[in-house]
Amino acid sequence: MKPRQQRMLAVGLAVVGVAVAAGLTLRAFEENMMFFVEISDVIAGEYPSERNFRIGGLVVADSIQREEGSLDLRFSVTDTRCELDVSYTGVLPDLFREGQGVVAHGRMADNDLFIADKILAKHDENYMAPEVAESLGKHVQDQTASLGGRSSECETG
Amino acid sequence: MEALAMGGYGAYVWSCFGLAFIVTVVIEWRGRVRHNEIYRDIEVRIKALEERE
Amino acid sequence: MWKFFHQMASPPYFYRLAATLIPWFAIPGLILIAYGAYAGLFLVSMDYQQGDAFRIIYVHVPSAYLSMMAYMMMAVGGGIGLIWRLKLAHAVGAAAAPLGAAFTFLALVTGSIWGRPMWGTWWEWGDPRLTSELILLFLYFGYMALRSSIDDTAKADKASAVLALVGVVNVVIVHFSVEWWSSLHQGQTVFKKGTMDADMRIPLFAMLIGFSFVFGAMLLRRLRTEVLFRERRTRWVRELVLSPEGGK
Repeated sequence: MKPRQQRMLAVGLAVVGVAVAAGLTLRAFEENMMFFVEISDVIAGEYPSERNFRIGGLVVADSIQREEGSLDLRFSVTDTRCELDVSYTGVLPDLFREGQGVVAHGRMADNDLFIADKILAKHDENYMAPEVAESLGKHVQDQTASLGGRSSECETG
Repeated sequence: MEALAMGGYGAYVWSCFGLAFIVTVVIEWRGRVRHNEIYRDIEVRIKALEERE
Repeated sequence: MWKFFHQMASPPYFYRLAATLIPWFAIPGLILIAYGAYAGLFLVSMDYQQGDAFRIIYVHVPSAYLSMMAYMMMAVGGGIGLIWRLKLAHAVGAAAAPLGAAFTFLALVTGSIWGRPMWGTWWEWGDPRLTSELILLFLYFGYMALRSSIDDTAKADKASAVLALVGVVNVVIVHFSVEWWSSLHQGQTVFKKGTMDADMRIPLFAMLIGFSFVFGAMLLRRLRTEVLFRERRTRWVRELVLSPEGGK
């Protein structure tokens, strides 16, 4: 190959590479957006019934029920308007606890139970010592204490 | 010892700090090796030219 | 002022100046990192949510910061090189790319190691922050591959500068990804008020400044290599090599 052709090939490859990368990113983000459903929408019956999707919200206080001697788990998540029951079997992230933000991947079993095959925990951008958090009354479990129960704004489908 | 265990997260925390150290040292070391190689090549070429003159 | 810049851009002057500057970057940088790492690992309290795992922030955030800074230097250097035809500006890109790639790699791996216990996953495909940072790594690889595939330095400079400038859009995406899309990754901490106790924040700033200084020293050393190689056929290099004290 002549040096000039080599150069053209290199420049061409770089341009193609950037284009492919940009395309992949946008596609990935789109998928990320498309298959994320708000809990209020799930409760209203607006969710893809034939495929997996993701939901996100806070774990409701006092809603975690564990099956003795197994990894089976039931809990509720809330988007502060509606609540949805979730069942999951498997290992949980260390941050999973009442009041924590979680993302669950799975599908609806019937109209009121979400069967998750993956649970991820989210945390915010705030960092502080446990004592400081305590004195601020920021104990995680308190965050959703007031959020229990479906609020009147939640519309079922 | 307790401080090193990091409340059970020792493996995660220490591997991050260790890796950061190793990667920086390796990349700096490779940079120096390359500098010395280039310098030596130039030196050899210039000294050979000098002798011919 | 202009005379100063002109001198700076003169290769023999820069080659000598960089050698004297390196310790002024390296030593304060290493001191700050030593303090920041020690404080971050042992002095600072653990986090109320994440416990001791949060200490990974002290290497993850500086690495991620440099991964973007190095790219911006590469792109700005390329831009200045294209517009004002400053050779030294192009050399900045060539010198910064491997360093940027190394810090991008570190940001990705330390983030992955941090994500495993906290989020519950090593990697999440399609997550905006994670994906755009991975593309940043590929951009560095592409930049270096493009450079090494073109033998003519002047042409390699131009082609890679264009690639670097096009890729800036990805750095913008990395930065704003956590605001524009829903990401598993949390939002900005460092330059936002009230997100972190002062005694946790001070070592983080020490690490950020320390990493930047050490990066500066590493960049200056690589720039000397670039200048030496690019000027290998000039008289000043010849005189330098033949001088009794040498010029490594």
